[in-house]
Amino acid sequence: MTQAFRIENGGLINRDKKLSFKFNEKSYFGYEGDTLASALLANGVHLVGRSFKYHRPRGFFGAGVDEPYAVVQLYRNGETEPNIKATEQELFEGLEAKSVNCWPSVNFDIGAINNFLKIFLPAGFYYKTFMWPKSFWYRIYEPFIRKAAGLGVASTKHDKERYEHKYEYCDLLIAGSGPSGLAGAYAAAKNGAKVILAEDKPRFGGSLLTSDVNIGNQSGKDWAEGIIAELKTMPNVVVKNRSQIFGYYDHNMLVMSEKVSDHLPSTKKYHPNKRLWYIRAKEVLISSGSIERPIVFGNNDTPGVMLSSAAKEYLKVYGVLVGRKPLVFTNNDSGYETAIEFKKHGVDPVILDSRKNAESEIIDEAKNLGIIIKNSYVVVAAQGYKKVKSADIASISEDKKQLGKIEHIQCDCICVSGFWTPSIHLASQSGNKTKFKEEIDAFVPGQSKQNEITLGAANGIFSLNETLKTSFKAGSELSKKLTKKDNEIAIPNVVEKKSSQHDKFWCVPLPKGKNYKRFLDFQNDVAVSDVEIALREGYRSIEHVKRYTTLGMATDQGKTSNLNGLQLVSEIENKVVPAVGHTTFRPPYTPVSIGAIVGREVGKHSKPTRKSPMHSWHEKNNAVFVDAGVWLRPRYYKRGNENLFEGSKREAKNVRTNVGVCDVTTLGKIDIKGPDAAELLNRVYTNAWLKLPVGKARYGVMLREDGIVMDDGTTTRISENHYHMTTTTAQAANVLSHLEYYLQLVWPELNVNVVSTTEQWAGAAIAGPKSRDLLQKLFPNSDVSNEGLPFMGYMEGDLFGVKARIFRISFSGELAYEVNVESDYGNFMWEKIMEIGEEFQIQPYGTEALSTLRIEMGHVAGSELDGRTIPYDNALEGLVSKKKDFIGKRSLQRSAFTTEDRQRVVGVVPLDKKTSIPEGSHLVKDDKAPLPNPKLGHISASCWSVEYDNPFSLAILKDGKNMIGEKLFAMSPLKNKVIPVEIVSSHYVDPKGERVRS
Amino acid sequence: MLYINCPHCGMRSQNEFSYGGDASVKRPELNKEVSNQEWDNFVYNRKSLRGKHLELWQHISGCRQWIKVERDTATHEIFRTFKADEEVA
Ligand SMILES: [Zn+2]
Repeated sequence: MTQAFRIENGGLINRDKKLSFKFNEKSYFGYEGDTLASALLANGVHLVGRSFKYHRPRGFFGAGVDEPYAVVQLYRNGETEPNIKATEQELFEGLEAKSVNCWPSVNFDIGAINNFLKIFLPAGFYYKTFMWPKSFWYRIYEPFIRKAAGLGVASTKHDKERYEHKYEYCDLLIAGSGPSGLAGAYAAAKNGAKVILAEDKPRFGGSLLTSDVNIGNQSGKDWAEGIIAELKTMPNVVVKNRSQIFGYYDHNMLVMSEKVSDHLPSTKKYHPNKRLWYIRAKEVLISSGSIERPIVFGNNDTPGVMLSSAAKEYLKVYGVLVGRKPLVFTNNDSGYETAIEFKKHGVDPVILDSRKNAESEIIDEAKNLGIIIKNSYVVVAAQGYKKVKSADIASISEDKKQLGKIEHIQCDCICVSGFWTPSIHLASQSGNKTKFKEEIDAFVPGQSKQNEITLGAANGIFSLNETLKTSFKAGSELSKKLTKKDNEIAIPNVVEKKSSQHDKFWCVPLPKGKNYKRFLDFQNDVAVSDVEIALREGYRSIEHVKRYTTLGMATDQGKTSNLNGLQLVSEIENKVVPAVGHTTFRPPYTPVSIGAIVGREVGKHSKPTRKSPMHSWHEKNNAVFVDAGVWLRPRYYKRGNENLFEGSKREAKNVRTNVGVCDVTTLGKIDIKGPDAAELLNRVYTNAWLKLPVGKARYGVMLREDGIVMDDGTTTRISENHYHMTTTTAQAANVLSHLEYYLQLVWPELNVNVVSTTEQWAGAAIAGPKSRDLLQKLFPNSDVSNEGLPFMGYMEGDLFGVKARIFRISFSGELAYEVNVESDYGNFMWEKIMEIGEEFQIQPYGTEALSTLRIEMGHVAGSELDGRTIPYDNALEGLVSKKKDFIGKRSLQRSAFTTEDRQRVVGVVPLDKKTSIPEGSHLVKDDKAPLPNPKLGHISASCWSVEYDNPFSLAILKDGKNMIGEKLFAMSPLKNKVIPVEIVSSHYVDPKGERVRS
Repeated sequence: MLYINCPHCGMRSQNEFSYGGDASVKRPELNKEVSNQEWDNFVYNRKSLRGKHLELWQHISGCRQWIKVERDTATHEIFRTFKADEEVA
């Protein structure tokens, strides 16, 4: 197939490399260096999609980031991505893309019926129509809207691509590599500043690639190439193409998305798909250029109507003619430049200029080339459905209110230029309060807020000479401040054609009796009439008009529509544009892949995985792991075909009858040293700590200042001024911060140091009636008898040459010990315990058995200390000192905390002694009561009691103290269960706590 | 992302810090009788100022020191930072 609209020569594409691609299942060819848009246009394809609301045919409107129409679904290397602009997607071999927003096909679209029912789809249509009746929303309206609307379909598969994040610092960050960006970067680089120059397109140079200018006796394009080549050789400069700076955040932090692989058929090995750069810049030069503004006229959304600058870019960069009978409709000289390019390539354009008379070098050139120019003429409406076939044109009166007789002109494209809109998005995001510049009818940056300067067209400067002068100066002066170097650069001589004043004309009036749709926002189908309705209905704030009409709310963020929308509102309201003001610019400037934002923090990398030193042993012994905070812990050790229930029951039973060993390395450990360590503990814990002897451990509870239990654990006095604190696995980091807070800010007079030692110690809990016998064999030289090492005692021991800490503490309620060794010896310790424990029928046990053991003993843990309970609720009021003050004590006097019927932990047993009670079930008095059934409490933890061989749960129950013996119902609507239960003491097993002291 | 001058480490990005609330709140002394109102003011009541605000941050992924940061809550401008024990004049 020939590329019918590709010119013989010219353009910056590589004609030696032909690429094949598919669009809507049909095969085409293009060249290396094409975008999907330019390749389709070269093949004469103008129909690429359907519009959002009316499903009108959509073509190409721009040639880059501003494109509102040509959004496609892309298929690459087995993956699919929605919402890709065809004007930005570079062509690669085998590319496949499809239209979005059309069903069943782009050529025959059922939704286009909306176009004929448009009376039903005015502004606010969705708000007004889909509200009633309410019950229709989920069943009918939402599925309808979802099917009919949208810009493609997100993949539901796992994304195989990799996305990287990078942090960078620099002196000057330059956003955009047009003339101002190049000049600023070059001057700064010459002064030795660390420079990052970012360009969103694959080619550097911006407007220099398409403009007919000379810089220093070279074409603008050659000059740009020379500067880039030199910058690339400089060690202090990073030059990045395909990199869009999309957000300007606080403290001169900018974020850039670098498309590393999107232009390739597949991502290279070890390369990411995209790289997100977080750049902290000392100074920022915003050289983001400007975007051409459309003129609004009837059916101005017909495929073939496009920006005149886009037509020029397709021709000069890609060697593609967007039509063979172009009509150029302009209010300034830019349209002439496009017409001149057409003419140079043997195509005869017709220029309609809304101005009565205009004189300039550019216009003279057009005249000399013999181009037909019709002054005081406008396009009234485009004609043609899927492609422009002709145009209705007319002369226009000087006041731009009266149209002359409608004439008909044949054309196959209409290139529109309504002058230029500076891209002020980044400046505005930085906090810069923009100001309206009358001469260009547009907003430009005002007073700098952060360290940013806007240059060139982005600042409303359209003369190349002035742009280069100011940009060289800015780059030079900013870098001089930072590097103290001043390498003067000769500013090159510029040859550019002078242009004449543009016409402040932006919207063609409707001819009598005609009701053409005149679109403002092309992606969201917002027409002039929609804004008129919004204002008629009383919307005044531009932010409200935007949301009601959806003007500027699509993925192009109104890059081509905002200013015309403002013009319209100001006209109807009879206000000047600056009084209407513009809507807020927010990041991102262009859509950014969620994958790029997330980076590598997905799947197993979403948080660090911490493993105990004994992890490989657990793995080898069939441990089934569970996430415990950031740690992986064995949940149970599977034997044969055992399930969780069977395995954990076996392990728990073995602890109660023989001896078990559990990896408790994950417990938080904090080393506390200093002469005031005891005083700190006394203030942090609710109980008394000043008299704890050396070699003894104590259980403690700590509160937040609001009286809620924060954490619990044991702390051991290792020596006179040295304590070893343990915390729960989940709260380890918070407790350390908590201690540091009080030591550094509240009581700096306390002479204490705290440091986390969680990872320095490996821990094993040895529990069960035979644990002492085992311990004696592990430490033959130590006296571990009940007298030598009593309950809550501590000693150091020698574990076959390894120094160990032995604590007699118990979480399981059995006679138990905890042995700690330095982490590197963890596995050695574990294997010794297993080896020597064999004769005592030792079994390792996991977190599930650990839970069972603590639940039936009534030991509270994380599920009861849930950030909502005070010591009393957990039956821990005995540990609350009445004598001394401590953190949170004063809050315990709050009336809600001292009521007679305060909630309290209780035990719960199902009456049938068979049905396990789901955690989270509510306890109610009457299972038949009307909803909402008054809730008395909730089940916090459930287990299968190995002692009694029936289900047992803990609950936090209102007036729990007086509820023992009561019969209630546990209701779980989620599990659809209603279970009659009896309330019992939370201390279900060994209520007197004799075993731990045995 | 804020750029915070840790008085111990220098300029560091916000993601190394964790926020700790109003730095002007003073904890009532231990063992001192305090009224309900005083205690509520300490535990719960905060001004939520618009404008200059002295606040606490902890450099958790750095030196682990708690520091005081004078910041504008509306513009995010940071004026000064102080060590925990430094007097704020
Ligand atoms: Zn620090």
